[in-house]
Amino acid sequence: MAERRFPRLRYAGRRLLKSVPILLAIAVCNFVLLKLAPGDAADVLAGEAGSATPEYLAALKSQFGLDQPDWMQLLHYVWRLLRLDLGFSFRNNESVLSMILSRMPATLLLMVGALGLAFIAGAALGVLASRRVNTWVDNVISVVALLFYATPIFLIGLGLIVVFAVKLGVLPTGGLTSVGAGYTGLRAAGDVAVHLLMPLVTLALFFLALYARLMRASMLEVFNQDYVTTARAKGLPERLITMKHVVRNAMLPMVTMLGLQVGTLLGGSVLVETVFAWPGIGRLAFEAVMSRDLNLLLGILLVCSVIVIAANIMVDLAYAWLDPRIELA
Amino acid sequence: MTLSRRHLLGTAAFAGLAGQVQAQDAPVTGGTLTAVMYPEPPYLLSAVDPTLQMAVVTTKMTEGLLWYDLDMKAHPLLAERWEVAEDGLSYTFHLRQGVKWHDGHDFTSADVAYSLSVWKARHARGRQSFQKVSAVETPDAHTVTIRLSAPSPQLATVWSSYESPVIPKHVFDGTDLLTNKAATAPVGTGPFRFKEWVRGDHMILERNPDYWDAGKPYLDRIVFRFIADAGSRTAALESGEAQIGCLTPVPLSDMARLTAGKELVATTEGYDYMAPVLLMQINTRKAPLSDRLVRQAIAYAINRDALTKTVWFGFGKPATSPIASVVKAWYTTDGVPAYPYDPKKAEALLDEAGLKRGADGKRFKMQTDAFPGGAEFTRTAEFIKQQLGRVGIEVEIRTSDLPSYVRRVYGEYEFETSSMYNGAFPDPSAGIQRMYWSKAAQKGVPFVNPTGYSDPAVDHDFEDAQTQNDPKKRWDDYASMQRRVMTDLSVVPLMEMRFVTVANRRVRNHTISADGLIGSNFSTAWLANG
Repeated sequence: MAERRFPRLRYAGRRLLKSVPILLAIAVCNFVLLKLAPGDAADVLAGEAGSATPEYLAALKSQFGLDQPDWMQLLHYVWRLLRLDLGFSFRNNESVLSMILSRMPATLLLMVGALGLAFIAGAALGVLASRRVNTWVDNVISVVALLFYATPIFLIGLGLIVVFAVKLGVLPTGGLTSVGAGYTGLRAAGDVAVHLLMPLVTLALFFLALYARLMRASMLEVFNQDYVTTARAKGLPERLITMKHVVRNAMLPMVTMLGLQVGTLLGGSVLVETVFAWPGIGRLAFEAVMSRDLNLLLGILLVCSVIVIAANIMVDLAYAWLDPRIELA
Repeated sequence: MTLSRRHLLGTAAFAGLAGQVQAQDAPVTGGTLTAVMYPEPPYLLSAVDPTLQMAVVTTKMTEGLLWYDLDMKAHPLLAERWEVAEDGLSYTFHLRQGVKWHDGHDFTSADVAYSLSVWKARHARGRQSFQKVSAVETPDAHTVTIRLSAPSPQLATVWSSYESPVIPKHVFDGTDLLTNKAATAPVGTGPFRFKEWVRGDHMILERNPDYWDAGKPYLDRIVFRFIADAGSRTAALESGEAQIGCLTPVPLSDMARLTAGKELVATTEGYDYMAPVLLMQINTRKAPLSDRLVRQAIAYAINRDALTKTVWFGFGKPATSPIASVVKAWYTTDGVPAYPYDPKKAEALLDEAGLKRGADGKRFKMQTDAFPGGAEFTRTAEFIKQQLGRVGIEVEIRTSDLPSYVRRVYGEYEFETSSMYNGAFPDPSAGIQRMYWSKAAQKGVPFVNPTGYSDPAVDHDFEDAQTQNDPKKRWDDYASMQRRVMTDLSVVPLMEMRFVTVANRRVRNHTISADGLIGSNFSTAWLANG
């Protein structure tokens, strides 16, 4: 009974179980890869200080556990992970989990917002382009999409800053909130929204271009299917055919892309967060690399892989909802 | 464009005059000063960590015993008076009375004695500066006497808020320093109190109403915003969202454009305490760089003047010694070999060293590691490649991030040449010695003699100067040292660097000490209206 009533739940549960060994494998790979980078956290701390004594360096290394052999460090790491302990960032004097949790909301806000905007606007533009294929509308959409796709993210970001923050002075240059303004309630939400606008658009533009192109191609393919011809023969109005029969079927590749893109988006957010001083996880990861903060970086990478895996499970569930012919197994 | 010292830049040449007039205006009380900064400090305990960016924040909250004005003259801060014994074997500080920590406890001599034990045991430079301290006496709550086992003249310049900040004993004693809450939320005696720190975004300090210097500070709040991208920092200053940034917050290539308007002013003052010198380290273990003639040829082949003007946009001065000329007490050119730009002489020296040009016109090939400190360092390496190419030395540039660089150059000595910068500091014992002293060299310790240079006479100069109580003899030691190291050239000084502070013209009194924004407590800084 339960199986028939909650097939999706069961499916999700099975997928989650399977992802545990995947995560462990990812963790070990991360550790080995990061260990290959020359220099460690103690080098950085001593290096930034501009001067150090041998005793100081030795004290740092033993405090960070860097005086142990690599395989011991790996064993410690895996053992900690099995106890769901992400460890401690010695550089920042804070537990890795609390650092990630404090930075995660900003990134999720940016990511979900940008992905949502890119997906919806991209799909709309794609539909529009496919309906007016090979007209000037289609051409303009294609050219603009290509332009956004080809322009580096940071360039778009800096361009927006120069125009809207420096020249026009209507938007803040960066950050998550107006520091020290002490807004509450709606005022605070509005403040975040104003700060979010430019980073969101910057990050979304690149992916929007991708989705518009993909949706257009996918729509055109579906328009050529026999059942669309049948619908036309039945005398259905074109608008209804597009919305009811074509869009839904053309969505499948879009959803696939969405799942794949979550990982890419986390990468793209590093640039956007840097340019807009957005206090998110991408910049934290970048700074962790530069300071060889191994525990922190491993923690971030692991959390990001959890997000990517979760997003892909959701995408698979969405397939079944979009296209009932697809069975979850 | 050549920039003289004590000279403001761009429109600031006029603002320099205007600034003096304005300084006489009555300071305005109130306002929030927003500063841009990067990188974000990992924690806030300058008593153990001399990172410059960290000190920019901490010195507003925790103070030293003295402060040093733009001419390096010492003035009272937490100490009202002080005496140095004739034989140089003791220092006595008479502390200011009625000073309270931010948590309400009294500031006493016990705090100073405790802090000194921390500086001596944990501070990256303090271990060396305070190594001759044999005892600390606190005869009463407001007197500290420091006894030395040998004279230690370098102590004259170490009592600043940046180098030796006094931390509260009742907060730190018996705890692990770095995990103590006060290591990220400082408790000090300074004009500003710690308010909040949102990591990755900003930090807020607020006015200490109980500051010992009644009526100060003038500012209500200081906000530090951590912005990683140089372009975004420029935008924040340009839009007026932030009013100040130090340690060259914007690309040098943007400086002229930024200061061309009326809003922003740039100054190179306030960095003499650090006295940074751009230099090329040469690994003397590797042939043919082991030959002194080759190193001298390299020195002749690099046009330092052109380097300063092109790569560094004039923010510097060609160097003639590892000690910057702003360190007036010890810098000398007397009898010190100079290496004016002379490619012909360089070629002659290379010929003499037996490195004739080959059929392809090349003499030998060497690598240079660019210091990962920003675009200017990479361009410096490119400039050197081009200059040395002209005399037949083929240069290959390697770039890396800081951890890889530190590991390669200082951890493994796996480099041939490297351009980087060194803070000369007011005293060569603190700033220069580690670069040449053969006994300091130890694999793995960053920024300590990686060149393999070892010269008993230079070692002797440094060792004698370290405990030399006679200023004349000490000067002779350092003059002799400069002559020797400029002959041997294990390190080729290229340019005295000038860090830049960019500030909105509304910000007044921001640079009054030799360590500028890095060491000043900002008690007298204020924001003019409009």
